[in-house]
Amino acid sequence: MAPVLPASATAAAGAGAAARRRGRTAYVLLLPGMTWLAVFFAIPFVTLFLTSLQQPVPGRSGQYMFGLEFSNYLTSMTEYWPQFVRSFVYAGIATILALIIAYPLAYFIAFKAGRWRSLLLVLVIAPSFASFLLRTYAWKTILADDGPITSTLNALHLLPDDRVLNTGIAVVAGLTYNFLPFMILPLYAALEKIDHRLIEAAGDLYASAITAFRKVTWPLSLPGVVAGTLLTFIPAAGDYINAELLGSTKDRMIGNAIQTNFIEFRDYPTASALSFVLMFAILILVFTYIRRAGTEELV
Amino acid sequence: MRWLGRNLVGIIGIAVLVYLFVPIAVIIALSFNKPEGKFNLAWNQFSLNAWTNLCGVPGVCDSFLVSIQIGIISTLAATVLGTMIAFALVRYRFRGRSSTNLLIFLPMATPEVVMGSSLLALFLNLRFPLGAVTVAIAHIMFIISFVVVTVKARLQGMDPRLEEAARDLYASPRATFRYVTFPLVLPGIIGAALLGFSLSFDDFIISFFNAGTLVTFPIFIWGAAQRGIPPQVNALATIVFLVALAVVLIGQVISYRKRKALQA
Repeated sequence: MAPVLPASATAAAGAGAAARRRGRTAYVLLLPGMTWLAVFFAIPFVTLFLTSLQQPVPGRSGQYMFGLEFSNYLTSMTEYWPQFVRSFVYAGIATILALIIAYPLAYFIAFKAGRWRSLLLVLVIAPSFASFLLRTYAWKTILADDGPITSTLNALHLLPDDRVLNTGIAVVAGLTYNFLPFMILPLYAALEKIDHRLIEAAGDLYASAITAFRKVTWPLSLPGVVAGTLLTFIPAAGDYINAELLGSTKDRMIGNAIQTNFIEFRDYPTASALSFVLMFAILILVFTYIRRAGTEELV
Repeated sequence: MRWLGRNLVGIIGIAVLVYLFVPIAVIIALSFNKPEGKFNLAWNQFSLNAWTNLCGVPGVCDSFLVSIQIGIISTLAATVLGTMIAFALVRYRFRGRSSTNLLIFLPMATPEVVMGSSLLALFLNLRFPLGAVTVAIAHIMFIISFVVVTVKARLQGMDPRLEEAARDLYASPRATFRYVTFPLVLPGIIGAALLGFSLSFDDFIISFFNAGTLVTFPIFIWGAAQRGIPPQVNALATIVFLVALAVVLIGQVISYRKRKALQA
């Protein structure tokens, strides 16, 4: 690794030569990693777009060649729009549920945990060390038709289909669970930065605990709320593991459609069109959301 | 009642923590189960078979080793590349900084299915054979960003006076880096590498798109899910979980001791 030059050296040297050398070192440090990202992250979007416009080679099924078939978008969207809507609805509900579940824990760790703080944070990420697929699969056992949760909910007549497993409820439950740490950690990071004296001041000015929370703590934690909801929503909208393992064929999401079209049907143009639309939809959603929430400092 | 009001957040917080561990408990418990049929979903009978016969199911240990190998290779590469970028971002001014930041942020904000499928589109168009190489390429790609963010945070949090002191004591830039900067950043780099390995080891979606016929541990589980996951998979996942937890806890103890030693 190249030695790092002292930060004040250029200022002292002042001359252009040193500045140029510093600039060159920066590019040397950046080049390998950024090339990797450009070639294997950025350029693939171009190939994805080109693939989405390809047309079949006449007489050869499963082979495609260059084309400008923008109609691929129309046909794939007419076929798969329910999966799209479902992905955004499921991910949206899961994100809201995750926010409701995560906030008390993040608040507890930031304000009440004292010296147990770092241990509790380890416990928050620890479940992620066990395989994502197995954790999702475990919900099959937890939500089983004869299990305690389903029987309790059935006794209260809360389930439209008399079961949780193989319904949309199970998919949303799985999504909520799986992406919860992505909600807890940014919330904690935002809450932890809050100056306690501000909340005390609200109390001194006769604000009730609820008012103090609504007017002081909640607004100050908004950057964490924005970051957390994005970090939960984006992977949840693209996920297809939960829909595949916990839902029925009626609960499939757009990720399932992309995967089956790419890997099983080998219908690359359709799969690429779906993937491209998903990315585009998420980008638009994220940017309008960030603008609305008024937070630009995210990472 | 007042006690409840004061401790409500704590009670809910603990309940959420318990909720986070319910599936873990299920995974561990079912590793000691002797499943009744093909599917290891309900408790039947206690058995140590999965633990005494860890590799008893064809392919399970092979896929486990494949995941470890790919994890090590991609982590090493991504840690080196990402650390270099983090140094450039924190220590140098250069043109194109904001587009660099954007290109690092975007992989973390892109759904895996989009990254996996677009990379597959690239490999298909190039007629590049799918396998361990393409999976490793993909893993390096998505780990780099996490390494950059982690190492960058560590670099920014460093006390600049420590390096100034080294220079005041006539240390050459090389010596300052070797004896001051690098040792101070090292915990961040190690943390980034551990995070990278766990991301690589557990990745399913991106790997599945680019694996061809290669079977990693998550891909093995995915395939087994259709015909019943053997308890051996639960046992192996339990081992991974415990080892990772131990590593993190040891790291916490070391940094706690260091902090105490500095205060003393």
